[in-house]
Amino acid sequence: MSDKPRWNLAKLDKNERINAAKKFTTTKEIKASQIVDFYEAIIKPGDKVVLEGNNQKQADFLSKFLAKVDVNKVNHLHMILPSISRTEHLDLFEDNIAEILDFSFAGSQSLRIAQMVQDGTLKIGSIHTYLELYTRLFVDLIPNICLVAADKADHEGNLYTGNNTEETPTLIEAAAFKDGIVIAQVNEITDNLDRVDIPGGWVDYIVQSPEPYFIKALFTKDPRNITELQILTGMMCIKGIYAKHGVKSLNHGIGFNTVAIELLLPTYGESLGLKGKICTNWVLNPHPILIPAIESGWVRSICSFGGELGMDKYIRARPDIFATGRDGSLRSNRTLAQLAGLYGVDMFIGSTLQIDYYGNSSTVTAGRLSGFGGAPNMGHNPGGRRHSSEAWQSLVSSDDPLVKGKKLVVQVVETFGQGVTPVFVEQLDAVNIGRKAGLPAAPVMIYGDDVSHVVTEQGIAYLYKAENLDERKNALRAIAGVTPFGMSSTKENVDVLRQKGVVAYPSDIGIKVTEAKRSLLAAKNMEQLVEWSGGLYEPPEEFKCW
Amino acid sequence: METLKYTFQAEKRVKHKAHVGVVGSANLEVIFLPTNNSFSTMDISSKFEGHSAVWKSILERFFAENNCLADIEINDFGATSGVISLRLLQALEVANLDNE
Repeated sequence: MSDKPRWNLAKLDKNERINAAKKFTTTKEIKASQIVDFYEAIIKPGDKVVLEGNNQKQADFLSKFLAKVDVNKVNHLHMILPSISRTEHLDLFEDNIAEILDFSFAGSQSLRIAQMVQDGTLKIGSIHTYLELYTRLFVDLIPNICLVAADKADHEGNLYTGNNTEETPTLIEAAAFKDGIVIAQVNEITDNLDRVDIPGGWVDYIVQSPEPYFIKALFTKDPRNITELQILTGMMCIKGIYAKHGVKSLNHGIGFNTVAIELLLPTYGESLGLKGKICTNWVLNPHPILIPAIESGWVRSICSFGGELGMDKYIRARPDIFATGRDGSLRSNRTLAQLAGLYGVDMFIGSTLQIDYYGNSSTVTAGRLSGFGGAPNMGHNPGGRRHSSEAWQSLVSSDDPLVKGKKLVVQVVETFGQGVTPVFVEQLDAVNIGRKAGLPAAPVMIYGDDVSHVVTEQGIAYLYKAENLDERKNALRAIAGVTPFGMSSTKENVDVLRQKGVVAYPSDIGIKVTEAKRSLLAAKNMEQLVEWSGGLYEPPEEFKCW
Repeated sequence: METLKYTFQAEKRVKHKAHVGVVGSANLEVIFLPTNNSFSTMDISSKFEGHSAVWKSILERFFAENNCLADIEINDFGATSGVISLRLLQALEVANLDNE
């Protein structure tokens, strides 16, 4: 053998890139005005680039200028984006700078992605859950370039990410220890940081962006918009699920159904004597709707994925509830919170746009390739779980000594969506959309066999109790109201299911439908949330209307 | 705009007039009036057309469960079936309150 094997090619490659960048800086700081030239020197065609498009904060300065590089110099990029929220994320593909896309969530860009896939402008690697995407960064999607956002940096590149730490440490770790280049945009460069969230040794370059990074109060919902039906299903969930199973640790999805539940705890929940018995330990973004429950002593701890605008002062004043740093502000971590939501909690409850006749559900509808973010991680029963709890154990429905408990996975929907679109469909739109996009697996959000309960304004289907697929289908039919699926139900069938406890209507669990009134909400508007917080919660402008 | 009219055989007379809901987006108003007939009448005006099958199913279920005797007027602005059923029950409750 003449050539010795070489084991440090990635390190040599990184050195080569850093040398090429020396004409822009000899420290870690890059000038914002030079970012495009810097990119062209340091990024190579075909690089895997992970870009922090979070579902809350956005590395928007870095993404905006990545879309401005000379396509003759930088091209064929393989983009890895946890969340696609900005137009330039997709401009990269239209302008031939990037070629392949791996992502988790698409939100506002979901329609455009579906179109671009059909046109062949963009190739999708896979649609992931957050945890899958993060972990693949350490396995087979190891990034060459990592572009992230932080609040502050010092001159050594130490980063302060504070409230909105989210997935920044994970994305950086994947690149930093495999000779990738880590570039952070920061709102401010300062001499001293009150706290270090990511050590400077992991960061290669920092650039002060002319504007602070973009961030959205994604989880804040105005209680004004909560409907009586959401209050009704909320009461049904609290009494027929939370109390029945003794659910103490949980994650709530995004949406008005769970917001209603949070505001019913200090009123309706209190009247049932449930304080301390349910909803004590949460995996949840620190959004203001939970303030009344916290202030009334329901909540013991909250583990957060990210921050929420306007909550900083309140969180600083409640360190027993939230995880905070020495500086007093929140430390969030999306990767760890997703893991906690997967393995650490007894229940996930959320909403969806379509459910098929066997309980499979998806938010991918009518040409939208939206992805799912974290819902499939939290919304499934992890087979690897071994610790028990009252709630987990309560889903055992056999005497076999080897049968395991189950996580509660609950879907709450109204039988009809907007207008007269039935939520229950024979086949999910996701099946055809996935086929058209050439995806090997249909983009199902939560698989039917993971769903333990489905709740509509009509009733609760305790699917975990169903003895077979037919009974599961009949249980769903019984709560599908006057949708075509619901109309195929027979009274005899429903009576048997109600008798067996596979289905419960409100009257079966002692709930009078007409009791569902807005007066039950602990806060009816944003002003009352501010009042509950003692003036510590500061709503973003778009939520102020007083 | 669609107008639908139905009658249902029923027995339980409501006590007095009731009015719940508003004609607002995704909402509706429901008015119950006591009647001396032996059947209930339904008089529906809906902003949206083509949903008579859904209306009929909702009403059939409502009368099967409640058997209430009244002249009922509905003015709808795109309420979902869940909201319609809830408003019917609310109006029925108000129509049978004792304190009038």
